[in-house]
Amino acid sequence: MSSRVADRSGKQTGFERAAALAGGTAQARGRAGYGLVSPGLVYLLVFFVLPVFTLLATSLYVKPPGAEVGQFVPALEFGNYAIVLGGYWSELLRSFGFALLATVLCLLIGYPMAYLIAVRLRGRAFVQGLLLVLLIAPFFTSFVLRTQAWKQILADEGFLVQALKTLHLMPQGASLTATSVAVVAGLTYNFLPFMVLPIYANLQALDHRLLEAGRDLYGSDLTVFRTVTLPISMPGVLAGTLLTFSPASGDFVNAAILGNNRNTTMIGQVIDSKFMRVLDYPGAAALSFILMVAILILVTLYVRRFGTRDLV
Amino acid sequence: MTSSGTTTTTPAPPPAGRPSATNPLTAGPAAGVPAPAEPASSRLGRAIGRWVIPVLGGLAFIYLLVPIAYIFVFSFNQPARTNLTWRGFTWENWQNPCGAPAVCESVQTSLQIGVVATVIALVLGTLLAYGLGRYAFRFRDAAGFLIFLPLATPEVVLGASLLSLFLNVGMQLGFWTTVLAHVMFCMSFVVVTIRSRVATLDPRLEEAGRDLYGSPAQVFLRVTLPQLVPGILAAGLLSFAMSFDDFIITNFNSGTLETFPKFVYVAAARGIPAEANVIGSAMFIIALVAVMISQLVSWQRRRMMAGSR
Repeated sequence: MSSRVADRSGKQTGFERAAALAGGTAQARGRAGYGLVSPGLVYLLVFFVLPVFTLLATSLYVKPPGAEVGQFVPALEFGNYAIVLGGYWSELLRSFGFALLATVLCLLIGYPMAYLIAVRLRGRAFVQGLLLVLLIAPFFTSFVLRTQAWKQILADEGFLVQALKTLHLMPQGASLTATSVAVVAGLTYNFLPFMVLPIYANLQALDHRLLEAGRDLYGSDLTVFRTVTLPISMPGVLAGTLLTFSPASGDFVNAAILGNNRNTTMIGQVIDSKFMRVLDYPGAAALSFILMVAILILVTLYVRRFGTRDLV
Repeated sequence: MTSSGTTTTTPAPPPAGRPSATNPLTAGPAAGVPAPAEPASSRLGRAIGRWVIPVLGGLAFIYLLVPIAYIFVFSFNQPARTNLTWRGFTWENWQNPCGAPAVCESVQTSLQIGVVATVIALVLGTLLAYGLGRYAFRFRDAAGFLIFLPLATPEVVLGASLLSLFLNVGMQLGFWTTVLAHVMFCMSFVVVTIRSRVATLDPRLEEAGRDLYGSPAQVFLRVTLPQLVPGILAAGLLSFAMSFDDFIITNFNSGTLETFPKFVYVAAARGIPAEANVIGSAMFIIALVAVMISQLVSWQRRRMMAGSR
């Protein structure tokens, strides 16, 4: 991505210079630019930004005395936050722990995949295309169906557990279903494409002459990778980790299907059940808001620490 | 892509007389420079280095495909109340995928939502990506950040906040609230996919169009848009996949409307019918075949164009 960004800015100066030379049309073009972007941006303002404010408002509602289930009136009850934080801080921490583990695993598994497609298979457009399609095609099978398949693969009577037990890689009485291991494995599996695609997009734009230069200077493959490829691909790694960590921390399907109800509960499950079943809208909204703010803080710290200017 | 040679994202052809440049990763040190004698350990290291990426990457792809293979195999399982253990091979489920109640209705709903949401997201997202890539205006960085943000927000927050909006406004949950929600996150995927292609467009082609007295709309439709078609197709595929696959946001905003992922999630409690496996496998195969055909066509076209020069 980094070099593409550089390209674009480089070209834009030329384009802008041409536009400036054309004189009067430059301003008209500026207006056309607003015309192009405003429908999409207005859409995002109405259906992404505005809902965050209604979420905040809802999180402060109170239940009037004698109201039916699911009936609330607007108020400024900040106590809602104290109640849900006190009740669900362990689920919140567990969600971030699981998401962090899954993100690290996705990076370890996903980087070689992206490197294989973008660098090793460079020039072989057909194989590259095939592998890229294989990355996206699982979405067509349905995320819930795939997670359910994992549950059956990891089941006690399944082939995998039997094989591991026969090879004495797993103690006889142990099982994988309804454990944290299964939930983290499911999260890793489901969010892997979101790690691979940004890293691939970044590595694909890599200038191979840089690798060659590294080799000409007698750098070993490992040295070239460590000192040239990896630093250049950092914006892709950054985007991939963000696209994996944030959705994983709010996911509830993996925990609901692959976990149990005691010590694998994630915050998404709590929000889902409060919103959809208990009809505790203020509590659910407060938890959602806490989750969003916590992720924004974590992401900001992370981008400050590792970020480059090229992210977005 | 038929843009001119000034596009710098693809590296320039390597200088002549450097055979190593054809494949810098597997070739030895540059020709003509005497390499120092390599110790055996380093040669072994190189061999490992050469194979470690394909092996790890290959294993990762197998990991990615294991559940799909499982779903495919169990789509041939003989029907019973549940589909958890293997009872024997049958074509029955494939011959009648609508056999289980409500499966096909839910698939139809998902397809409709996916198509409508993708079309709207493509229109809004293409204009947005083009505007962001081509025009300098205030708040451009902020706009880019706003577009990235839905992708880095947990789905449960997106779903819950939209639900809070719909509840506060008093909107009836159903098909259109689901479409509104899907357009929101699909548009971000569309913009991210198309924006990098806008960066590789040659502005001089558009200038030529303007010089020939094309109106801005004509230039966009006749010059710019055709160049963006591969990117728009890729974005459309991704957008449709995200919409078709979405469960969490849909679960919050669809009310009683049943999409395919919702059907599977609800069915999971009592046992997913093998017909759902048929649908999942068929969708996977259709997507795979459709994209491979379009790849072959564009590959052939590239070869023909290279040959005609």
